[in-house]
Amino acid sequence: MTTSPASPAAVEVRHLRVQYGDALILDDISFAVPPRDILAILGGSGSGKSTLMRHMIGLERPAAGQVFIDKINITQCSARQFNMALKKIGVLFQGSALISSMTVGENVALPIFEFTDFSKPAVDKMVQVKLSLVGLEGYENHFPAEISGGMKKRAGLARALALNPEILFLDEPSAGLDPVTAAEIDRLILDINQQLKTTIIIVTHELASIFAVARQVIMLDKTTKNIIARGTPAQLKTQSAHPYVRQFFNRGLE
Amino acid sequence: MTATQHLHSPPLFDLQETADREWTIRITGDLTIAVAGDIRKALMAALTGKPLTSLVIDLNQVAGTDDYGALVLYELKHRLRLPDDRFRLLNPPDLIKGRLAQMTGTDARPAPPGPGLFSFSFVTQTGERTLEILKEGGNFISFIGALVVAGMRIAGKPKSLRLNDMVRHMKTTGVDALPVVALISALLGLIMAFMSSLQLKQFGANIYVASLVAVSMVSELGPVMTAIIVSGRSGSAYAAEISTMKISEEIDALVTMGFDPVLFLAIPRMLAAVIVIPLLTMFSNLFAIAGGLLIGVTMLDLSAGTYISQTLNSLSLFELCWGLSKSVVFAILISGVGCLRGFQAKGGAAAVGHAATSAVVTSIFLIVLFDSIFAVIRSYWG
Repeated sequence: MTTSPASPAAVEVRHLRVQYGDALILDDISFAVPPRDILAILGGSGSGKSTLMRHMIGLERPAAGQVFIDKINITQCSARQFNMALKKIGVLFQGSALISSMTVGENVALPIFEFTDFSKPAVDKMVQVKLSLVGLEGYENHFPAEISGGMKKRAGLARALALNPEILFLDEPSAGLDPVTAAEIDRLILDINQQLKTTIIIVTHELASIFAVARQVIMLDKTTKNIIARGTPAQLKTQSAHPYVRQFFNRGLE
Repeated sequence: MTATQHLHSPPLFDLQETADREWTIRITGDLTIAVAGDIRKALMAALTGKPLTSLVIDLNQVAGTDDYGALVLYELKHRLRLPDDRFRLLNPPDLIKGRLAQMTGTDARPAPPGPGLFSFSFVTQTGERTLEILKEGGNFISFIGALVVAGMRIAGKPKSLRLNDMVRHMKTTGVDALPVVALISALLGLIMAFMSSLQLKQFGANIYVASLVAVSMVSELGPVMTAIIVSGRSGSAYAAEISTMKISEEIDALVTMGFDPVLFLAIPRMLAAVIVIPLLTMFSNLFAIAGGLLIGVTMLDLSAGTYISQTLNSLSLFELCWGLSKSVVFAILISGVGCLRGFQAKGGAAAVGHAATSAVVTSIFLIVLFDSIFAVIRSYWG
């Protein structure tokens, strides 16, 4: 198992199987994300998108298969290697997951303090830089409960970007936001991808952002527990042989 | 429709015996949610006690219908236990027919039990509960392991201890609890002094009220009362706070940022508790003795000087240290259980409430258990 060759991809999933007790959630999932790509993981509700992401960032152990983050097999590695892999990734959770007892500024500063030796004034400057990147200048001293849902997502994004990760995982970044804010987040994702050369993996089912952002798409299905389609969004919309995929991309209108 | 109009509204149906033991109900108005309750009540009243083996519902003249209309007919059929061939509908609208078929048809089986529901079978329930207890034991052991690992990390790199958080928890657990601890302890001292004086007065042994209050508070009641108050105030707060962070993915976020959640959340709380709970216990002792002093001076004709010197005579340094070491153990129990229950939480808002409740219940149980262990040790110690 450990002899399997390292992968040149930024993230690679090989033959991943997820099972809770008798319930099989995902079976034999394999795909690779090349560096600097933007991949969207799609699927209907309950198809295991978020579960797949939780396995890709090492929060849960798969029943079988491997996940490689920049050549580190995070399913079978030492704690030290796992921590190295964690430093390469940033994660934006669905509910932003900002620490509610800390201000926005403290949330962004948290990983910077932990993994660098800069002084407090220097870290404060970096927090300013990161917050202005997501358009949240001046909100350092607000608590997460004091800002809106869209602002929380952006603050979560700033925290995920705090240590300039090579790979960014976003769980439904624009879900529950109004179209204008959602489009702003999409633009932000593209900017990050271009300016910081970050590999981005998005879990979503928002059609508009899939077309705006994703270069590659994989689609999960609840019944087969597997990937039923992969390609660019345009290919899937028009050329997919699978009726469910075409329905998904055409909002159920065939 | 007002109540008076309602009373004079035309009858909702008429009822006739059309053949031997066969009754026909002709519904003339609406059969919708607006009248369903009235029709149901009136029909039940009209049919109760009638010799009846089959029923015909004439829907030729029915005006509006909806699924609640169908529900009235379903309940009628169900209550009277009529088989399909003895319950006929005349000219039912499609909607009524469809809904009624859906309610009575073969597809209308009760929903299967959800995955999270406990089975009611004794054997499976016992098995499930056993597995749950084993899993909880496993959680407990791995939590202790995680605490040890976090402790070693701090020993290796003291900067990783979140000192600011610790100070904040010292304030909320200690300073903020002082008024309530002081009040309860003072009242406890008052009560003890008063109750014991009723007995001791008979022997003229009033002076021993001071010894009784001092010894029982310092070695037993001070640590236990303080621990119980703190577990209600702070043990539950730890559990609620951490479980909320758990269900809102904040702990997952900490993990992916490379933090150890136990080091980040549990260690500052536990250290804070271990520092402030013995201090609170000291205050508790002090206030209880003050309460006793008040009774002694006002009701027992003791001078403050005698009371205090009798108190000091009856206490020893060992007694004080014994009480304080108990309170250190209680502090570890309260904060550890609070944090563990928080980390164990799973699900939604109910999980937060459950974590807080079970933190308090478990820690009070453990406080009493460990207090009795201390008592046994002491009795062998001599």
